Amino acid sequence: MTTRDVVIVGGNRIPFARSGGKYLKASNQDMLTAAIDGLVSRFGLQGERLGEVAAGAVIKHARDFNLTREAVLGSHLAPTTPAYDVQQACGTGLETAILVANKIALGQIDSGIAAGSDTTSDAPLALNDNLRKTLMEVNYAKTPQQRLKALTKIRPTQLAPEQPENSEPRTGLSMGEHQALTAAEWGITREAQDELTLRSHQNLSAAYDRGFFDDLVTPYLGLTKDQNMRGDTSLEKLAKLKPVYGKSGDNPTMTAGNSTPLTDGAAAVLLSTKEWATERNLPILARFVDAETAAVDYVNGDEGLLMAPAYAVPRLLARNNLTLQDFDFYEIHEAFASTVLATLAAWESEEFCKGKLGLDAPLGSIDRAKLNVNGSSLAAGHPFAATGGRIVASLAKQLHEKGSGRGLISICAAGGQGVVAILEATK
Amino acid sequence: MTDALTKFANEGIGKTLTTKLGLPRPALLRRYKDGQDLIEGQAAVGAIGSGMVAKSATAIIKASGADVVAAQADSTYADKLAAVVFDASAARGLDDLEQLRGALGPALKALGKNGRLVVIGTPPAELTDPEAAATQQALEGITRSLGKEMRAGGTANLLWVALEAQGDSAVLAAPLRFFLSSRSAYVSGQPVLVREGEVPDVDDWHKPLLGETAVITGAARGIGAEIAKVFARAGAKVIAVDIPAAGDSLSKVANNIGATALQLDVTAADAGERIAAAVAQQGGGLDIIVHNAGITRDKLFVNTDEARWGSVLNVNLQSQFRINKVLLDPKVKGGLKDGGRIIGVASISGIGGNRGQSNYAASKAGVIGMVRSLSQELAARRITVNAVAPGFIETEMTAKIPVATREVGRRLNSLLQGGQPIDVGEAIAFFAEPGSAGVTGQVLRVCGQSQLGA
Repeated sequence: MTTRDVVIVGGNRIPFARSGGKYLKASNQDMLTAAIDGLVSRFGLQGERLGEVAAGAVIKHARDFNLTREAVLGSHLAPTTPAYDVQQACGTGLETAILVANKIALGQIDSGIAAGSDTTSDAPLALNDNLRKTLMEVNYAKTPQQRLKALTKIRPTQLAPEQPENSEPRTGLSMGEHQALTAAEWGITREAQDELTLRSHQNLSAAYDRGFFDDLVTPYLGLTKDQNMRGDTSLEKLAKLKPVYGKSGDNPTMTAGNSTPLTDGAAAVLLSTKEWATERNLPILARFVDAETAAVDYVNGDEGLLMAPAYAVPRLLARNNLTLQDFDFYEIHEAFASTVLATLAAWESEEFCKGKLGLDAPLGSIDRAKLNVNGSSLAAGHPFAATGGRIVASLAKQLHEKGSGRGLISICAAGGQGVVAILEATK
Repeated sequence: MTDALTKFANEGIGKTLTTKLGLPRPALLRRYKDGQDLIEGQAAVGAIGSGMVAKSATAIIKASGADVVAAQADSTYADKLAAVVFDASAARGLDDLEQLRGALGPALKALGKNGRLVVIGTPPAELTDPEAAATQQALEGITRSLGKEMRAGGTANLLWVALEAQGDSAVLAAPLRFFLSSRSAYVSGQPVLVREGEVPDVDDWHKPLLGETAVITGAARGIGAEIAKVFARAGAKVIAVDIPAAGDSLSKVANNIGATALQLDVTAADAGERIAAAVAQQGGGLDIIVHNAGITRDKLFVNTDEARWGSVLNVNLQSQFRINKVLLDPKVKGGLKDGGRIIGVASISGIGGNRGQSNYAASKAGVIGMVRSLSQELAARRITVNAVAPGFIETEMTAKIPVATREVGRRLNSLLQGGQPIDVGEAIAFFAEPGSAGVTGQVLRVCGQSQLGA
């Protein structure tokens, strides 16, 4: 069976806001709709029926069971555009792109939007689990007596809502605490993390200044740039921050500066066949080449929680007959500065590459000048499901500006998962 | 959108009160709705002499479906007239003007609400005989005075038809139709010059911009957003441009009218290239560019610093030169086609000056200078260059003017009210019509015949 080329037409996102910031009153649906509508106006897609829209959110209300479809209905796309929700933690955004791309490649659809939205400002608060169980009992009670008896089980402590947690259900450790273990294991220094952080802010700020985001970002609710961005930060400022994770260890290195903050935002990417784009006089930025996902057993301590991309990338390279050095751009999601650095260290390690990946030799190092050249999550922020769309669109535009070459995307996700992909410039 | 006094004076007790007390009563102006008839009722057409242009005008009005009666000194009108057209282009002596007086009097008395008077003359500069030139120049004084005497939303305007164009009905159609229609609701007392031009056949007068690609800068809000709306209604494929920081509202404007949004600072060094690239992406060249983007940084001249001075000139004028330079390069893909239209936005501040606006007035007067010069330079390529000069327009910006100043600006004009952003959009769309090929180098005031800047 032959597959078809999949191209990226363009993308759109809203600026990312710090949690509790400008988007405090915006819901996932509001933000996702805004991201899609910005894409619609950029490419004149009003009333267009697309093959599908795949999107998701990691932190989601139960009422948002059909989040993406509702967003489509609220957008200027044709209401006959089908949509579905996807959820794969921080890999959600890139996974939606893979799903849409695969359907296009298979000839099932000609066009689609891959998107994601997340907000920790509008997070669902669940009923206390004990209260919920009691109320279910009341609900199912058959007689008034049974009902009264069940109601007497309610205790004041049950009235506190269950907070959404940023921790792994199987270990009870937060993502930061998990990463602190990995950072220590790989000996990632505070200085190296702060340097990476500084570069992320400087690169993102410079990209805004040169108008790189003029056709990638549409302002929203009074925010015109990513709220977390500190173009004027410095190593000195970053060095002053106190460690927040791994404090039980000897030498904690992870601070609020070199870890991504909780963020709100949404991003969307338009994918299609070349023909579909050409017929509509739409640009073609890059080709979506291939993708891979991996998962690691972090529960039993075999591997760090966020190290799965280190496994996914070699498999993707092998399948595409490429080496790690065959890329012009590397987009490695900065969940934490130490995640990026540990991943790069792993690929440089003979022990890791031979022992864990079963390779003959290490993948080697990369040219750091090609890493996250227009900034990444440390500066922009990381609204979980929106990060994939941010990266795919930005990388596609970078490749288009360069006019040649290849880019690698690597995104780590909760649950010990990793989603990676290759984009290529189109000639 | 209608201001409080206009509303009050046209409803219930307010209407009775203002009438009895003899207070000024701003009329509710008829404005264009898609598919609307050119005029509501019949037109009277009169002429001095054989009336070559009057014949063309009669044909144009009849083609719109309206009836035409003769406007003569002894005419009586059973029904209210919707419009009066008087062709005085053949007048060469002051005595000829008596014919105009005699014929127009009864016709104007019979004119109904939102009535239209269009006087047609020969450009005085084309006449060598001093009395002939004086006679024709007199038409401007007459028309401007009649604009001030019109009642109930009526307007009076003057079409100078060049001698070479007087036998050409095609080149007259778009300008005459504009002044007769409700699209010129807030234009009164204004002259427009019509020359020869290559005018294509118009299939649908309600979609005069069908198939045209237009770039509109400053389209995220206010007047720009309304221009974009009018263009989309008229059938144009619109590329709406505004600064990235205004992208939110720009996107909404574009989505509501089926346009594409281009986030771009017009002062960026590569603004022209990026506009051309966006046009080329859509396939083909550019038909129309509307330079609407503008800012104000008001201060008394002596308190105006370099930044306030420079930014206003840069955004409002300098950027247009840079963008035009790229778009007018025939080698640039997505550049302005031969036969294309450039439209600027001047201001009555640029004509009459305005306290605290020396920088703004400089930029807007500069637009007028550019229009006059560039129109000649581009005549060989059949590219027309025109500008509108808005007066007091009800926008978010004018809503912030202190109430007393605002009321003066709003009432000190023949129509006793501020204009709407759509009025500016309609005038710009008129310049943009392929049918307006004979109109170039013109600055049309959309000011309700304001006495400010007059």
